[in-house]
Amino acid sequence: MLKFLQKNGYKFLAVGLIGYALIFGLLRELPDMGGNMAQTSRNVFYHVPMWFTLYLLMGISVVYSIKFLLNGNEYNDTVATEAARTGMLFGLLGLSTGIIWSRVTWRELIPSDSFAAWWSWDPKQTMVVVALMIYIAYFILRAGIEESSSRARIGAVYNIFAAASLIPLTLILPRMLGGLHPGGDEGNPLENIRLSIEFRVVFYPSVLGFMLLSIWILELRVRLSLLYNRMFDAE
Amino acid sequence: MSNTSLNSLVGFKQLRMLLLREVQLEWQQKYTLSGILFYAFCMVFIISLSLSRSVNPAIWNGIFWIILLFAAVNTAAKSFLSESPGQRYYLYQLAGPGMLILARILYNASLLIALSLVILILYALFSGFPVQSPGMFALCVVIGSTGFASVLTLISGISALAGNRPALMAILGFPILIPFLNVLIRMSRIALDGLDNSLMQGDFFFSGMMILLSITLSYLLFPYLWRE
Repeated sequence: MLKFLQKNGYKFLAVGLIGYALIFGLLRELPDMGGNMAQTSRNVFYHVPMWFTLYLLMGISVVYSIKFLLNGNEYNDTVATEAARTGMLFGLLGLSTGIIWSRVTWRELIPSDSFAAWWSWDPKQTMVVVALMIYIAYFILRAGIEESSSRARIGAVYNIFAAASLIPLTLILPRMLGGLHPGGDEGNPLENIRLSIEFRVVFYPSVLGFMLLSIWILELRVRLSLLYNRMFDAE
Repeated sequence: MSNTSLNSLVGFKQLRMLLLREVQLEWQQKYTLSGILFYAFCMVFIISLSLSRSVNPAIWNGIFWIILLFAAVNTAAKSFLSESPGQRYYLYQLAGPGMLILARILYNASLLIALSLVILILYALFSGFPVQSPGMFALCVVIGSTGFASVLTLISGISALAGNRPALMAILGFPILIPFLNVLIRMSRIALDGLDNSLMQGDFFFSGMMILLSITLSYLLFPYLWRE
């Protein structure tokens, strides 16, 4: 029983925390920020954790790529690839929750028949798309190499190069350029959320919940991928 | 100087020898160099023809950097094509992969700086030259060429090892270069409009860091790439 909990406890925790974030995030009284922000600001519980999770997964991916280059064990390469794939999923979710949110939040400022209602070329939005493009390039690169050990080696080198550009890309450059997200010149109306305890008690559990969920997905994907490899090796 | 003496040389001297070798190789295969020049000429000519001289400075600037980006990808793509596996192995034994990639980045950077100045002259001839402070603009071009070279040289090695499938250079290189390109366009806009140079400080710092980062990573990662 104890062993079962040690191995699977984090899955229960993930489900519990996300359930908590869904229920309390949607039902809790929040400080009124005026306008439609009073209700749309709830998206911070679901949109922002996607990006935190993406950083976690891409971090795992690059750590395992480095491990692969150092010891040549192909298991490390499998983890690196699957982490990048799972990270991609969370990136797409983060992007779509952001688009829907901005569509509603800036409704008064941007006419709804304007294209900018959906896509405003906000620097962070743009750079995040570039980050996802870099990972798509990584998958295309891998898909074209037949031999598995050179695929792993070349992929790992590109992955490290790509991850290194992710930090200036999504964290430094958007701050330099300003825009709708926190940290820019114009700032985000949600900037002051961080100070408010009503948000924190839902936000941090939600971040942890989604991170644990992503680890669960990653674990399943790695096991699946290892099974596939064994199947093809047997043939 | 013969290749055997490379072994005894260290550091800077080794780098100089490798650079010299790159230049000699290029000179032996003049058709690649003239090919690149002709490609650049055609691109500038076609684009200037399509713009038909009616172009505002912002568009002029954007298109100039796009031309430079394509020329850079095309130039860097040939970095690892001209050597056979045997030659490659011999060189790595003599000089070590780290030094080799540094030399190649340096060579590509100088080649690209020269090429971009040629492109700039041609582009100015065909489409005009609306730049207010040419010195700062030239500096942006030099930084841009160096940055393109520092990123694309390793990418070209990766692409060569992955079998040089068509467009792989562009697929791998473009996404990584977009943020850098963005900063370059902002910087050169400031030079273009003749605004205060102090506005460029953040961008200068960012491009400098980016160049340093990619050179360091190339130096560290290249040895793993070629280990077989």
